[in-house]
Amino acid sequence: MYDFQYHKPASVADAVKLLADPDAKAISGGQTLIPALKHRLNRPTAVVDLSGIAEMKGIRREGNAIVIGALSRHDDVAGSAEVKAAIPALADMAAHIGDTQVRNRGTMGGSISNNDPAADYPAAVVALNATVITSKRRITADEFFQGMFTTALEPDELVIAISFPVPEKAGYAKMRNPASRYVMAGVFVAKTGGEVRVAVNGAAPCVFRQGEMEAALGANWSAEAVGGIKQDATDLNGDIHGSAEYRAHLVTVMAKRAVAAAG
Amino acid sequence: MNDVVPFEGIGASVRRKEDFRFLRGRGAYTADFNRQGQLHAWILRSPHAHARIRSVDVAATTGMPGVVTVFTGADMAKDNLGGLPCGWQIHNKDGSPMAEPPHAVIAHDKVRHVGDPVAVAIAATRDQARDAAEAIVVDYDVLPAAATLEAALKPGAPEVHGGVAGNLCYDWHIGDKTVLDAAFAKAHKIVSLDLVNNRLIPNAMEPRAALGEYDPTTGDYTLHTTSQNPHVIRLLMGANVLHIPESKLRVVAPDVGGGFGSKIYHYAEEAIVTWSAGKLGRPVKWTADRTESFMSDAHGRDHVSKADLALDANGTILGLKVHTYANMGAYLSTFAPCVPTYLYATLLAGTYITPVIYAEVKAVFTNTVPVDAYRGAGRPEATFLLERLMDVAALESGIDRVELRRRNFIQPDQFPYQTPVALQYDSGNYQATLDQALAAADWAGFESRRAEAAKRGKLRGIGCSTYLEACGIAPSAVVGSLGARAGLYEVGTIRVHPTGSVTVLTGAHSHGQGHETTFAQLVADKLGVPVAQVDIVHGDTAKVPFGMGTYGSRSLAVGGSAMMKAMDKVIAKGKRIAAHLMEASVDDIEFERGTFRVAGTDKTKALVDISVAAYVPHNYPIDEIEPGLEETAFYDPKNFTYPGGCHIAEVEIDPETGKVSMVNFTAVDDVGRVINPMIVEGQVQGGIAQGIGQALLETCVYDADGQLLSGSMMDYTMPRADDLAPVSVATHTTLCTHNPLGVKGCGEVGAIGSPPAVINAVVDALRDFKVRTLDMPATPAKIWGIINGGRAMAAE
Repeated sequence: MYDFQYHKPASVADAVKLLADPDAKAISGGQTLIPALKHRLNRPTAVVDLSGIAEMKGIRREGNAIVIGALSRHDDVAGSAEVKAAIPALADMAAHIGDTQVRNRGTMGGSISNNDPAADYPAAVVALNATVITSKRRITADEFFQGMFTTALEPDELVIAISFPVPEKAGYAKMRNPASRYVMAGVFVAKTGGEVRVAVNGAAPCVFRQGEMEAALGANWSAEAVGGIKQDATDLNGDIHGSAEYRAHLVTVMAKRAVAAAG
Repeated sequence: MNDVVPFEGIGASVRRKEDFRFLRGRGAYTADFNRQGQLHAWILRSPHAHARIRSVDVAATTGMPGVVTVFTGADMAKDNLGGLPCGWQIHNKDGSPMAEPPHAVIAHDKVRHVGDPVAVAIAATRDQARDAAEAIVVDYDVLPAAATLEAALKPGAPEVHGGVAGNLCYDWHIGDKTVLDAAFAKAHKIVSLDLVNNRLIPNAMEPRAALGEYDPTTGDYTLHTTSQNPHVIRLLMGANVLHIPESKLRVVAPDVGGGFGSKIYHYAEEAIVTWSAGKLGRPVKWTADRTESFMSDAHGRDHVSKADLALDANGTILGLKVHTYANMGAYLSTFAPCVPTYLYATLLAGTYITPVIYAEVKAVFTNTVPVDAYRGAGRPEATFLLERLMDVAALESGIDRVELRRRNFIQPDQFPYQTPVALQYDSGNYQATLDQALAAADWAGFESRRAEAAKRGKLRGIGCSTYLEACGIAPSAVVGSLGARAGLYEVGTIRVHPTGSVTVLTGAHSHGQGHETTFAQLVADKLGVPVAQVDIVHGDTAKVPFGMGTYGSRSLAVGGSAMMKAMDKVIAKGKRIAAHLMEASVDDIEFERGTFRVAGTDKTKALVDISVAAYVPHNYPIDEIEPGLEETAFYDPKNFTYPGGCHIAEVEIDPETGKVSMVNFTAVDDVGRVINPMIVEGQVQGGIAQGIGQALLETCVYDADGQLLSGSMMDYTMPRADDLAPVSVATHTTLCTHNPLGVKGCGEVGAIGSPPAVINAVVDALRDFKVRTLDMPATPAKIWGIINGGRAMAAE
């Protein structure tokens, strides 16, 4: 990697000041940034280590929502009694991200800020209609994810926490890429306050909502209701591991399995 | 003492001595060696598959922090160095030699694959060297690439090497085509099959590394390198590339973290650091990162074949015809030409009586990384072709696939068995390994398991492979007549120390095989010395007299046999000393496991009595026998060894996703006499893991421009533990008849026997979809495509 300045601020305010430098990079769990640095694909002037910021940590229940601090590691989410009790599908998703090493380093804030198309969490955030709480404002899930590796975050804006309304039902299923084990196609289904949301990750450049499936599940919450719905392959990803058509097919299969998992 | 030491000889599962350091992170690998004043090299590699180098401008590196120098291909060319040599020459059908274009250590006219070295930057730290490499400006004239076999064979394809027409390295054949045509004319049925043997990237756990040193006061060079055969590297690099005599060049291959063939070859980086150390008078070290491993380690396999099998009405094989295109990559790696010829086409009889075989092999240059031997080397390709063909033949002739194999097996009383493609098998019992495997896998009970799986919505399949391979490479005269430019004997020295402990020097090299244990067991068994008192020394040309190294499952069959011969010499000398000490005739001295006895008496001497006398020769027949107790033997094998057996795979397919899951794997292998059953089991399991990897997961993909799409672990699917199945490994032994141990070799059987068993199981699982051709790897997307296509057809 190239040389860079290293900072470890103790507060969000200090971190944001350091990030006023457009070539500085925030680091949370480092599961994306560190490999990029090692491959010299990124040359930041400074790396701002967020791990010392207490206000970005912790998982708590606030009324009818679970609020997860941005620095919560996947393993924290997977093992949280609050998450397991209120949104078991989210805990289960966290328990199956990457491998043990990734789950002990990677964080929810880092994952959603990076918005890798093959990441897990964006599907949960969208399907559960979570609110992203940043250093500046509150952003709805639908507004937050804007495109491949692109979010509504401004350069000096940090995710502080994510607030998930507790759903009546939620389930997630994914097909892993055989090589990377990232998501090749995943579907998160949730019913919250009577509203059904279906979010698809891995299959396209950015997480998206599957409106036809939402309508079908709204009318009839069952695996059969989505089993006949074909995902349009236009604009889906295709690569050496699977064509867009294969991914489109997987969306239907994973939707059925997500509904079955949700019960 | 002896009565509390458990048996450690041949047949005991002695725990691996080397694991004492490996499991505690105390191994000493090439990258662990650091020297005073050491510099670091970073290789600038071509980003293009095919380009003319117009210029290499290094001006910007001058004065960069820590940077000592940059060497280009032109700098190396000025020193009149040789190119990287090829160790095997194949002749064309017409008797002319293969095309053997030069392979510059650092490219200076053209680059021919992504990763081809263009310059080396040398600096105080690795990062500084990399900074300098990034500052080098290379002006490339990018040319169209011949990135795949298909592209390289097209009329008008780009020429990888000027003057090599049609990119054809050689056009070789074996067998009698006239006899074959006659056999085919009488055939009741001819079964044809097109096959692709997928290209693999070896991915040893330890990336390659090299550390060159030069001592200007003596003129001695030392190279530490990640090699399976340090003496071969000394010979190739010293004689062919750098022109350094053996006496001035020491090559050390210390602990090495896996090779699988990829560390046999002499690589450019070894010559670069050794030559640079001489130029600069300072040690120079290079360590690959994983990305470099993907684009510079020799790849494996990559065949496209067409096979035709002629059968009579009873399913008896009348003849086999094979046509194969083999990808050589951009340059000829050290042993590349022999892999698709003498390690492949000679294996096409497999375990079956095949009266006539005719095989043609065309080797082709492409703008890709060189391809050479990878675990199994040629034999997995032959086995996959033959064992897939047998399943298709069974299906199309309506004969049960196990029965078809039985009908054609070479019978136990037919050994030695001469095949029509040069090899003479010495021993085997293919019925026995098949029967044992069928029972262990409960083949008979499969249909009920398939029915149960169907209730769960899964497609279950079972498949077998009754394979054979040739290893213990190899008789020198034979390989010499076939084009090898080296002998393939092995060397062993047995040094009995004065107090009776033993040091063994071997030319074999251990990079995961457990030699330090298995070889010590040979000494324990024969000389009666406890394993703890036997040290195995390997991997250092300054310590070991000579050696050809480890590949082709040869270490025990050839290297172990050399040790046995050296121990025979030790015992013969010991008998003469014992005869003197016990005042008996040499002819009356018997030896068994450490004890010399006067036959028919209770007069004995222990080995230690003899060794003390040999090194402290006070009462000693000094006029007749030299002091000391150390013997060296060179062993040149009389034949290859022929392990074989039966592998059975059982799989389940999720028809919704196409994902194939291994549910069971049974191997019954005949590897000859087993020295350490635990180590054999581990070797076979590891080979099967790689075989399952080839069958279901791994494939190297280049795009049309020659860019490596599967260039990292993100896209190249290495097998993980949860991709594998419970693997049951058993052995059924017939002894090798021509080496003193009766051993055959176990290093490659797993990777050779397993891929067709897995694919046959997948095809069986898909039996309702009438699959005929299924190229590896059977990825979820590929299987889904078959299932989806099948459904579409069914709906029409």
